[in-house]
Amino acid sequence: MERARSVTKKIGKIEFSLLSPNEIRKMSATKVITADTYDDDGFPIAMGLMDPRLGVIEPGLRCKTCGQRVGKDKCPGHFGHIDLAMPVIHVGLIKTIRNCLRSTCRECGHLLLTDKQREEYFKELKRYNQEGRNTTYLLKQVIKDCVKAEKCTRCGREVGKIELDKPTSLRENGKKLTPSEVREWLEKIPDEALPLLDINKKSARPEWMILTVLPVPSVAVRPSVTLQSGERSEDDLTHKLVDVIRINQRLQENRDAGAPQLIVEDLWELLQYHITTYLDNQTSGIPPARHRSGRPLKTLAQRLKGKEGRFRSNLSGKRVNFSARTVISPDPNLSINELGVPIRMAEELTVPVKVTSHNIDWCKQMIKQKYLGSDDHAEYIPGVNYVVRETDGMRRRIKVTEKNAEDVAEKLEIGSSIERQLMNGDIALFNRQPSLHRMSMMAHRVKVVPDKTFRFNLCVCPPYNADFDGDEMNLHLIQGEEAKAEAEILMKVQENILSPRFGGAIIGGIHDHISGCFLLTHKDRKIPLDDASHILAAINYDGKNFKTFTEDGKKYISGKDVFSTLLPKSLNLEYKAKACFNCDTCQAPNCPHNAYVIVKNGVLKQGIIDENGIGAFKGKILDRIIRDHGMDAGREFIDNFTKLAIASITLFGFTTSIDDEDIPDEAKKQIAEGIGKALKKISGLVKAYEAGELESLPGRSLEETLEMEIMKVTGKTRDMAGEIAGSHLGMDNSAVMMAKSGARGSMLNLSQMSGCVGQQAVRGERISRGYQYRTLPHFKRGDLGASAKGFVASCYKSGLSPTEYFFHSMGGREGLVDTAVRTSRSGYMQRRLINALEDVKVENDGTVRHAGGQIIQFIYGEDGIDPTRSMGGNAVDIDRIISDVKEGV
Amino acid sequence: MPKKSVSAKDKKEEKKTKKQVTEKPDESPIKKTPKSKIEKEEKKKSSETSKKTVKKSVKKKEKKVKKKSTVEEISERKKEIVLPKKIEESKERREIRSDINKILKDKSLSLYIIDDIITRVTEDKKLKTKLKDIISKTLAEYEKNFIDPAEACGIIGAQSIGEPGTQMTMRTFHYAGVAEINVTLGLPRLIEIVDARSIPSTPMMNIYLLDEYKLSADLAKDVANQIEITNLNDVADIEADLTNLTILIKPDTKTMKRKGSKIDDLLESIKKIKKIDAKIEKKKIKITLDEPSYKKLLNVNESLKDLKVKGIDGIKRIIIRKEPEEGYVIYSEGSNLDKVLEIEGVDPYRTTTNDIQAVGRVLGIEAARNIIIQEAYNTLMEQGLNVDKRHIMLVSDVMTSNGTIKAIGRHGVSGEKSSVLSRAAFEITVNHLLDASRRGELDTLGGVAENIIVGQPVNLGTGAVELVMKRSKKKGK
Repeated sequence: MERARSVTKKIGKIEFSLLSPNEIRKMSATKVITADTYDDDGFPIAMGLMDPRLGVIEPGLRCKTCGQRVGKDKCPGHFGHIDLAMPVIHVGLIKTIRNCLRSTCRECGHLLLTDKQREEYFKELKRYNQEGRNTTYLLKQVIKDCVKAEKCTRCGREVGKIELDKPTSLRENGKKLTPSEVREWLEKIPDEALPLLDINKKSARPEWMILTVLPVPSVAVRPSVTLQSGERSEDDLTHKLVDVIRINQRLQENRDAGAPQLIVEDLWELLQYHITTYLDNQTSGIPPARHRSGRPLKTLAQRLKGKEGRFRSNLSGKRVNFSARTVISPDPNLSINELGVPIRMAEELTVPVKVTSHNIDWCKQMIKQKYLGSDDHAEYIPGVNYVVRETDGMRRRIKVTEKNAEDVAEKLEIGSSIERQLMNGDIALFNRQPSLHRMSMMAHRVKVVPDKTFRFNLCVCPPYNADFDGDEMNLHLIQGEEAKAEAEILMKVQENILSPRFGGAIIGGIHDHISGCFLLTHKDRKIPLDDASHILAAINYDGKNFKTFTEDGKKYISGKDVFSTLLPKSLNLEYKAKACFNCDTCQAPNCPHNAYVIVKNGVLKQGIIDENGIGAFKGKILDRIIRDHGMDAGREFIDNFTKLAIASITLFGFTTSIDDEDIPDEAKKQIAEGIGKALKKISGLVKAYEAGELESLPGRSLEETLEMEIMKVTGKTRDMAGEIAGSHLGMDNSAVMMAKSGARGSMLNLSQMSGCVGQQAVRGERISRGYQYRTLPHFKRGDLGASAKGFVASCYKSGLSPTEYFFHSMGGREGLVDTAVRTSRSGYMQRRLINALEDVKVENDGTVRHAGGQIIQFIYGEDGIDPTRSMGGNAVDIDRIISDVKEGV
Repeated sequence: MPKKSVSAKDKKEEKKTKKQVTEKPDESPIKKTPKSKIEKEEKKKSSETSKKTVKKSVKKKEKKVKKKSTVEEISERKKEIVLPKKIEESKERREIRSDINKILKDKSLSLYIIDDIITRVTEDKKLKTKLKDIISKTLAEYEKNFIDPAEACGIIGAQSIGEPGTQMTMRTFHYAGVAEINVTLGLPRLIEIVDARSIPSTPMMNIYLLDEYKLSADLAKDVANQIEITNLNDVADIEADLTNLTILIKPDTKTMKRKGSKIDDLLESIKKIKKIDAKIEKKKIKITLDEPSYKKLLNVNESLKDLKVKGIDGIKRIIIRKEPEEGYVIYSEGSNLDKVLEIEGVDPYRTTTNDIQAVGRVLGIEAARNIIIQEAYNTLMEQGLNVDKRHIMLVSDVMTSNGTIKAIGRHGVSGEKSSVLSRAAFEITVNHLLDASRRGELDTLGGVAENIIVGQPVNLGTGAVELVMKRSKKKGK
């Protein structure tokens, strides 16, 4: 059974070609002649659009062509056909038809080229094809040359000028060509000429582009729906086909009855319209066919086109079973590899398990255990939802209920399979949209939890770009063993800690993890022994005893030693912490701010652990541990330091409030003075400008110069206010701690809160729009001063004046608009990039090639190094190798 | 950080000097010399099948032809081009290099790694004895970090460039180097690069000067005056005398002097206008019409205002700055690469523009490839987004792989894909399908989109290998 299923047929290639009228007739199950669908009793009319020979849609009914039903044996549906009374042009191919007419002779059908030209073009074409080059340009040239010809070289007929009236009518020298005439012409074109017209003679003939027979798609393509009222509602395509048949019939009758030419032509044109809209209802130049309700019909082209079309929505993206979606919430107690799945989901989602002689007892137990009753009600017991038995090719799916559980378990045979509920330890894919990079979909180990949300470790937020303000995420269960193994090896969270974008960790500490480590390691913190034990209990520390020191009769442990418990013994590392002040002269090893981190033999000797040590994107320690000790060690390190950090931050306590932004009155005065000076300077500039004394910068107008100068001054003013405010906010301030350690916020945020908000800008300029000659009616016309143009001198804490508030909102609005525009633009750019590069891969010989085999690079990235494994872009870490060699490791 | 200069020019220079190996110690990976390429190709040869080599040689030939023609063009235009000084490698470095090559034997290391090692060893002589150790360790790590076969490097590259796009700004900012010139940055610029637009929205050039010019302010100013476009209106007053139907042009001596132009030059350029006569009268230029008419006079008056008397088309504004360790550098708003390179005193090897198509036209496809990498990388770095250069290289190579600069999108790379289904799934679905059926195209289902459409495993990564477990007969028992 299993074997038979594993050897499936593989599609090797797909060939595209035009259908010839003969082929259409040959594959047709029936000719369709009546425009009606069902008779009064609700039965489909024979040779109507719903003829049962075209396939069936109701379950249970048998198709009259193949005798199969729709559900189980899958009758795929069969084509029918409509014989058109008069030929009609295919809209999509009208340009090709025009080109054919333009480059051939109406009399003899030969190309309008001299023999020499033709020979040359054939030679050229052959060469192009041999070299695998794109022939579009060459073939365009052929048509251009043909149009130049005045007389046919063979029969000497004068060449008429062919014009195309959009969408479907052609004229020769101003005289209209009927589709029949066009078809006659196209029939004359010999096969030898076709390659130069960009037509493959094996797959198409020019005259096939004029329709004489219209294929009718099967009922399965255009199912009718029965409304609740019992009324039938037909598909758009059926509606359109009804129109086509009706007009076709009338045309036939009129023509046969010998009606006047005018009437026949009108009907012919109407038929052309209906077939055109049947193929594409958005053809420019003709009104779209509408439903009775006024909605434009969705015909063949519309079904394929665009984002909601067949290609992008059903073929490139597919809906799946065994998936779930709900709100996410954080859980610091889970490992980064784990994912909390709500019980209600776990009971619905299943994983198939094949019953073998090795696991049959276990399977029986699984079926029964859910209903055995347990003492602990909170405990989750996975059960089995379905048992699938396969006998003689018949698949039977039995739902397991409380009643039949026992029975089903007893009857379980080897060879059938059970669909068991989700269990702890199952592997599942977790995803958040927009899925911008491969880390947006990672494999987690399932842990079934109560309540109704997905739960995961906070460190995994950055790769998913998730937060918990109501975000929802998706879960996909893996159904096969190979897939499970693959996900385990390639997609697990711990395998994705390093980002291929820049070769650094993308998963690492955030927010409180950084604050916690900062608190633990800054300023030689000493922790009483019992507190330290408490912190270390969070990571189940069972190592050796600590170096303690006694002060005032109490035993203490240094915070750095506590952190060092996480580090592997072989770790040696020196780097600058985030808290580095970037002093003019760096006193590297003896940093007065404790910002130079030294780790020796796994012991943190000095320095603060902050964002540059353990943070996502930047963590240096994290990076080193992963490279030296592998992903497992990296995961363990992340799991442990988060727990340690959270334990310490809860123990020490950490809070920020509005008084963190308090600055002394003296500082406020200083800032006010500074702002006063700046305002004076600006008014001076404005005065100079008005007096015409301002000297313009090279290549700038006076106005631009003034604006630039003022922007410079306002920028400096904000920096000044920030500096003053910052100097009064010490390192013992929680908000400053967060900003300096990189946990959250920046010094700019702080200076805006307690110093000065600064200049508001729209489109990179001071605010200038609003009323005539002024931004708001609160100012004089033509006022160019600071406050009239959006300078906010207040700080957030003291509050903004009404005009300031208004300007601030203007700046804020711009930001929102910007984000909205940006997401769509960058989304489209990424779609284009992906489409252009999706087939590019590294071959076994190290070259980088397209799917077609064209070489893009002889060696990937000029050195063949995987960016994920590179050291921040470098192939090898020479510093390390040399220091290793020096030490003789 | 990479230097501003374009490596393509380095390359070209090397072509001329017959593979003179110039070594720069801090050469970043992108600045590959042709030597490394040759080396790579050699390495490849062993593993490549005959079919591939045929393809490769065709491609190589094309590139060579292209490069030669541009080189010839330039050297024809300016015979006396001064080659930049060749940096002769010191004897010590050469010795170490040959030592390393001996140790490496048939194995290979990237050139920039070898350079790095050489620099380290020259700095610390003690290491010389341990060279063997260093090389073997480096080799081991190099091989460990090698990319896996069948890796979907294209998708990873596209994601790595696309993902940070959401974090970029939309606004144009002042250029980091020169406050006076506005340059499109952030996402719009990245999109522009990827689109391979024919003219960037804010073209600009960094014009570097040759030795004596970059040191003297006057000479630099001279060069700048030759480059910056000067209209008649800028240097002279134009007065139309409606009674006599003449136009009088009064040059402003001050600006004339500053711009370094003479009245004769003005006359010369004015004479290019047809159907007028111009004469110098008392330091003024008098213009009379061949056929006096009021309407024509006004027309001539208008065209005189915009008349170019000096400079290069397209260069709107010039800023000269003195850069540390470089001397005077000219920054220009507007770009016209081929004309600027002809100006005497301009260093043609280092002068750059952000107009990718112009670089492709003037300096060839390899230069265009490098400028795409450089521009895209700088745009991302300027926003503080760290993206590995290899991803950008791949995008650039895809854009330039067939000798022309193709855009990423339906008019370029995506529109020229061999697979019908893949094209149809991207954009303009219906036309692609119709054209394919007319041409009788064959979709061999080699790519990603096609295989997803038909529901088969994709030929990438683990899907590229086929592993079937052999069921051996039960042993014993």
